[in-house]
Amino acid sequence: MSLPVVNGNGDVAGQGSKSWMYTDLVKEHFFNPQNLLENVEGFDVSSFNGFGQVGSPACGDMMKLWVKVNPETDRIEDCKWQTFGCASAIASTSMMSVMVSEEQGMLTNDAMALTPQMIMERLGGLPNRKVHCSVLGDKALMKAINDYYRQSGQIDRMKIQNAKVIDPDTNVTDKDIEEAVLEGATDLETLQRKLKVAIGNPDVIPEVENQLHFYVSKYFGDH
Amino acid sequence: MASVQSDIKALFESKPQHFIYMDHAATTAMDERVFEAMKPYFMQNFGNPGGFYELGRIAKDAIDQSRQTVADILNAQPSEILFTGSGTESDNMAIFGIARAHERKGKHIITTSIEHHAVELPVRQLSREGFEVTYLPVDKNGQVSVSAVKEALRDDTILVSIMAANNEIGTIQPIAEIGALLKDHQAYFHTDACQAAGAMKLDVKEMGVDLLTLNGSKIYGPKGVGILYVRRGVRIRPIIFGGGQERGLRGGTENVPSIVGFAKALELADGMRETEVPRLTRLRDKMTQGFLKHIPKSLLNGHPTERLPNSVNITILDIEGEAFTLFLNEMGIYASTGSACTSLSLDPSHVILATGLPYECAHGSMRFTLGRHTTEEDVDTVLDVVPQIVDILRRISPLNLDEGLVKEEGKGELKYI
Repeated sequence: MSLPVVNGNGDVAGQGSKSWMYTDLVKEHFFNPQNLLENVEGFDVSSFNGFGQVGSPACGDMMKLWVKVNPETDRIEDCKWQTFGCASAIASTSMMSVMVSEEQGMLTNDAMALTPQMIMERLGGLPNRKVHCSVLGDKALMKAINDYYRQSGQIDRMKIQNAKVIDPDTNVTDKDIEEAVLEGATDLETLQRKLKVAIGNPDVIPEVENQLHFYVSKYFGDH
Repeated sequence: MASVQSDIKALFESKPQHFIYMDHAATTAMDERVFEAMKPYFMQNFGNPGGFYELGRIAKDAIDQSRQTVADILNAQPSEILFTGSGTESDNMAIFGIARAHERKGKHIITTSIEHHAVELPVRQLSREGFEVTYLPVDKNGQVSVSAVKEALRDDTILVSIMAANNEIGTIQPIAEIGALLKDHQAYFHTDACQAAGAMKLDVKEMGVDLLTLNGSKIYGPKGVGILYVRRGVRIRPIIFGGGQERGLRGGTENVPSIVGFAKALELADGMRETEVPRLTRLRDKMTQGFLKHIPKSLLNGHPTERLPNSVNITILDIEGEAFTLFLNEMGIYASTGSACTSLSLDPSHVILATGLPYECAHGSMRFTLGRHTTEEDVDTVLDVVPQIVDILRRISPLNLDEGLVKEEGKGELKYI
């Protein structure tokens, strides 16, 4: 399966609409967000059995996500969210919430395997430099499902990411860095553009660089 | 309460009849009179000013006349005005030109932490080439202090480059005071005045500058043309070598129509200054006060009074500027943001950060810059639309930052819901 995740120049080239840098589908989800959690005061949290939060205001993206899993079927029946961030972050969350709750609902196992690429594909692609804005969604989802597993006593199902969190603000792990390096982010600037790692938290840059050099030399040899 | 979706729909249904352009600090529409002045020099009087025949002389006369016009407005001599291809080129020419001509006298440069990239990046390049650079901090209003310049000066300082007015937050710098301070020092004083043209009187003698940058696209003139004022007796090394044009300092056949257009645009901008400045100042203040009053948790960026008459820059907490800009765009309102999400580097505005505000304030900063065609009605429309967008985006956002902590301590502490 090909992944038309980015358009050629990755900048303001329109897809579908000439003057718009996003696809019509991104625009639709941005201006008509689905499954948004509104009216927090009246929101009955107890009817949802999983919660995840990722990101930080400093790095410009933050998300809260609630899932309602049916314990009988193990499917996600409902998914609500709130996102602080740019249009692609908002649209990606909206699309993800649709993907996990549409039809009879996604099995939690499948939801755990959801990747940013799958969300971007459903959105018809994102401009290159916007790809990083969509990476929070699946992380929040994994947290929320883990939370459900924990709350429902299915500790063994919790996906303990065999990974070390490098930047607590963005929850970027060494695995994320490895993946990004494999996708061509072989310098700090490109890596930051891709993962948004350490943007609001320069303290973690040394560790990010360590990881970067490790994986670059692992896969591409020493430069 | 209606849902966010229905509120968005209702908002879009109230889209204004005509578009409202509020990004004049980015660029301006060309003035009809400028266009008319340029026209004869495209197809009719197309000669090369270097040609020894009538057609060449006509072009040369046009350039000479334009140079005279610009010099008169700046209180300079025509020979002190060099035409270039942009404000960026003028800045590069000033910085590399001084550095390379005078490096034997010293390799120290002073600039500020809020310069435009056209100054920041050439200076950074020089630091890679062995120059030492002092970046002066700014206060919370974005102003450099004269005493900080004084303290940073060294015997080996050869260049001080400080913008006249900031493009993002509009803060005006104390150029004349700094110029006076530098009078008895070997360091040359350069100012990028691209944003200041038409807003301030630009008298190079009063300002005490040795080099000054202007460009056409901010003054209702053509894009792709700028000038560099270089005070007589100040030696610079060219960065573009060629056929000896512009006193051998900038090779390349002169862009006659754009030079004519630039001079005309500057003449018009300077002529309209006395009526435009008070008109824009009133609209600016109305807009600023309207925002601060009707948008909870908003703050003004830049100096409250020492600022460009057309510049409004506010930070709106808990929302992100790119998303905001797209909502405005959908309403036919064009403005810009300091959010990382619209910049290629993914870094939020270095100017907002330099004023001591945290990252979250840069992500939520919005710049509205008014212009010659901005009406009171436009301002009223924006004041009506903006709070509605803020409300929508805040209902999508999980954030609830503590305004007091942001303002007083520059911290983006969370006050969770």
